[in-house]
Amino acid sequence: MKNQLSYYAGRVTAGLMSRREFLGRAAALGLTAAAANTFLAQAVRAEGPKKGGTIRMGLQGGATTDSLDPALAANQVSLMVNRLWGESLVELSDDGGIEGKVAESFESSADATEWTFKLRSGVTFSNGKDVTAEDVAASLMRHSGEDTKSGALGIMRTIRDVRAEGDTVVIGLDSPSADLPYLMADYHLIIQPGGGVDDPAAGIGTGPYILKEVDMGVRFVAEKNPNYWGDLGNAETLELIVINDNTARVAALQSGQVDMIDRLPPRTAGLVARAPNINVHQTSGPGHYVFIAHCNTAPFDNNDVRLALKYGINREEMVEKILFGYGSVGNDTPINASYPFYTELEQRTFDPDKAKFHMDKAGVDGAILLRTSENSFPGAPDAAALFQQSMATAGLQLDIKREPNDGYWSEVWNAQPFCTSYWGGRPTQDQMYTTAYLSTADWNDTRFNNEQFDQLLLAARGELDEAKRTQMYADMGKILHDEGGLICPMFNDFLDASSDRVAGWKEGVAGYALMNSYAPHRMWVVG
Amino acid sequence: MSPIVTLLAQRISLGLLLLFLVSILIFVGTIILPGDVAQSILGQSATPEALANLRRDLGLNDPPLTRYIDWATGVLHGDLGTALTSGQDIAESLGSRFRNTLFLAFWAAIIAVPLAVFLGLLAVRYRDRWPDKLISAVTLASISLPEFLIGYLLMFFLGVKLRLFPSTAIGYRADADVFTRLEAIALPVAVLTLVVLAHMMRMTRAAILNVMQSAYIETAELKGLTTFRVIWKHAFPNSIAPIVNVVMLNLAYLVVGVVVVEVVFVYPGMGQYLVDHVSKRDVPVVQACGLIFAAVYIGLNMLADVISILANPRLRHPK
Repeated sequence: MKNQLSYYAGRVTAGLMSRREFLGRAAALGLTAAAANTFLAQAVRAEGPKKGGTIRMGLQGGATTDSLDPALAANQVSLMVNRLWGESLVELSDDGGIEGKVAESFESSADATEWTFKLRSGVTFSNGKDVTAEDVAASLMRHSGEDTKSGALGIMRTIRDVRAEGDTVVIGLDSPSADLPYLMADYHLIIQPGGGVDDPAAGIGTGPYILKEVDMGVRFVAEKNPNYWGDLGNAETLELIVINDNTARVAALQSGQVDMIDRLPPRTAGLVARAPNINVHQTSGPGHYVFIAHCNTAPFDNNDVRLALKYGINREEMVEKILFGYGSVGNDTPINASYPFYTELEQRTFDPDKAKFHMDKAGVDGAILLRTSENSFPGAPDAAALFQQSMATAGLQLDIKREPNDGYWSEVWNAQPFCTSYWGGRPTQDQMYTTAYLSTADWNDTRFNNEQFDQLLLAARGELDEAKRTQMYADMGKILHDEGGLICPMFNDFLDASSDRVAGWKEGVAGYALMNSYAPHRMWVVG
Repeated sequence: MSPIVTLLAQRISLGLLLLFLVSILIFVGTIILPGDVAQSILGQSATPEALANLRRDLGLNDPPLTRYIDWATGVLHGDLGTALTSGQDIAESLGSRFRNTLFLAFWAAIIAVPLAVFLGLLAVRYRDRWPDKLISAVTLASISLPEFLIGYLLMFFLGVKLRLFPSTAIGYRADADVFTRLEAIALPVAVLTLVVLAHMMRMTRAAILNVMQSAYIETAELKGLTTFRVIWKHAFPNSIAPIVNVVMLNLAYLVVGVVVVEVVFVYPGMGQYLVDHVSKRDVPVVQACGLIFAAVYIGLNMLADVISILANPRLRHPK
């Protein structure tokens, strides 16, 4: 039977048999549809990548107002476009480690205050020029200067200087950081000729593709870069189409107008997955949906109020009803198993009695006001209503104020004391905590100020011993879990989908959606 | 001077005044909204320094009046300025978007207007019989559904299930041949047609029925003309004025009201362009779009007035 199946699978990969027909024959051989699908996927992968053809993707998040300047990239489409034409020094590997791109290797001084990146030889820009250490240094400095508007400014602050030395670039830091390579993998920090100072939006870089057509917020076409140093990129042409409307994006995939899409709405994912020619991909990641309370504003300045809120939320219910099961429960820290030095804490569960106990202890009576909006995360008003209900079972009152989407990020988030929000997460604990939980962080959206936490964060950053570092992050997680203003009910999975015109999806790739935005490069056209 | 010229001059100067007022309204509106362009560009990744730098570079620190006067002077010199967000020339990027929107509106109008008038005539011919009731029921049903829902329904049945037409307009290329472009916009045109059909059809029907009560229609009938000929030759010309008014309103809607359809079908017209820039508070672009939309609206309404006056000699000589 196995031989026969292999034969059929081979015919499918060769394009001589449809997937549906294959499933039919497999069923005749006594195989369930699920098993047959798995077998087919293996066969396709075993067949190996095919070069050539065109892969079209429909993505959400692009706008006419976007720019090709990587410093201004702020959405999924910009990220993907930059991944086509450009590269950073290093990149996240599939398992969440770091691998070299423009840099071949890197090492730190013993105290982790100085990092040396050795550049890969023979890397050229798409304008034909060789990449020099000066280009790299200038690229990095462009994001850290006084005048910069870069989204990477926050993470570049700890950098004292960047020096070009022969074929290496040396980065000196104000304080030790064991995670610097992760910072260098940031998607804003793309290496550009001359640092991109003269023409930041030229779209010239060292990436595996070269942009041929650019229509902001509408459509991008890129062709394989014949001089690319590595073996990334199977399709000859990649076409990126911005489809912001959820229904239109799914319809475009179903009708074969595009081969892959991102952000499948969880509500309809189950229905979409039933179609025989569509594969839904679920990838757990660091993104999470949150309720954030300011630790310095009454009544949330009383830790008992925060604990009451943490005990008064039903996490399982939210995962089931807001994420439709495509996610996992949170535990009031921004960290989950997708982080490298993760230690599991005891799971906090819904407990109306404890919620009531803590609220009474705090001596707060009357309602607590929660602000929310549709764009703070998908289903946020529904989640707020669930929270209201679960608090009500504890005899506590939560009032909900619906805010307009417009201006939510400037007027409510990081401004009002209690609201809904989301975080996309960061590749390391250090980055996540530094971005939002260090007492001096710009986006300390819970106004969390804990001296011990700050000290541990700085100490862990310079700690090269992994065991000690893991312990420190565990301690920090515990502090945040018990005292923080973050109520984190759930981590949302990435939901992507592809049609069976393309193959080569790899499960569980760390980073952003669509295999850290490399699915178009790494998948290939079948037959 | 002939009364027509005077009338035109009056209407045009009033239209220009209206445009000026509209531009002030839009400007004030975008200022009142919470958040500013710098905040919107940088989004969640905004740091205070980056915000300050961007605000300075975009000239947002100038007082609003100065910014408005600068902009207005530019427009009077034919310069719409550059987009704050992308730095692109507005006239250039807006031009191609506007052509796309007109292309969509044109084909929707070419199908919808004659169809609506014809269905209206047909409804009068078979008044209160089943064709009349069927036409009314279908068109009223289609106008009652929100247009995005009609869009999704057509997308699902004609695009995904039957595969008769592309489910979205992403295959549209401004430089492709006209058949490729028509295929790409088949579904959006169908939705727009369904949305504007009922209004025009009902108006045609009502206007003609109104005229049908007149004595001269009875004379025409007594001459022994066929019913359709009576409607077409005698009733229709005298009911053109209200019909033209409704047709023009709907044509204006096809240009300025297609935002939802363009977004749903991912069509690169002005709707999507405007939505993106409103959400980023890109004032110059919103101003330019608003001005064009207002000009289209005012212009078509003016045209409707002029046509109805020309069609009805009585209106040419006001008492």
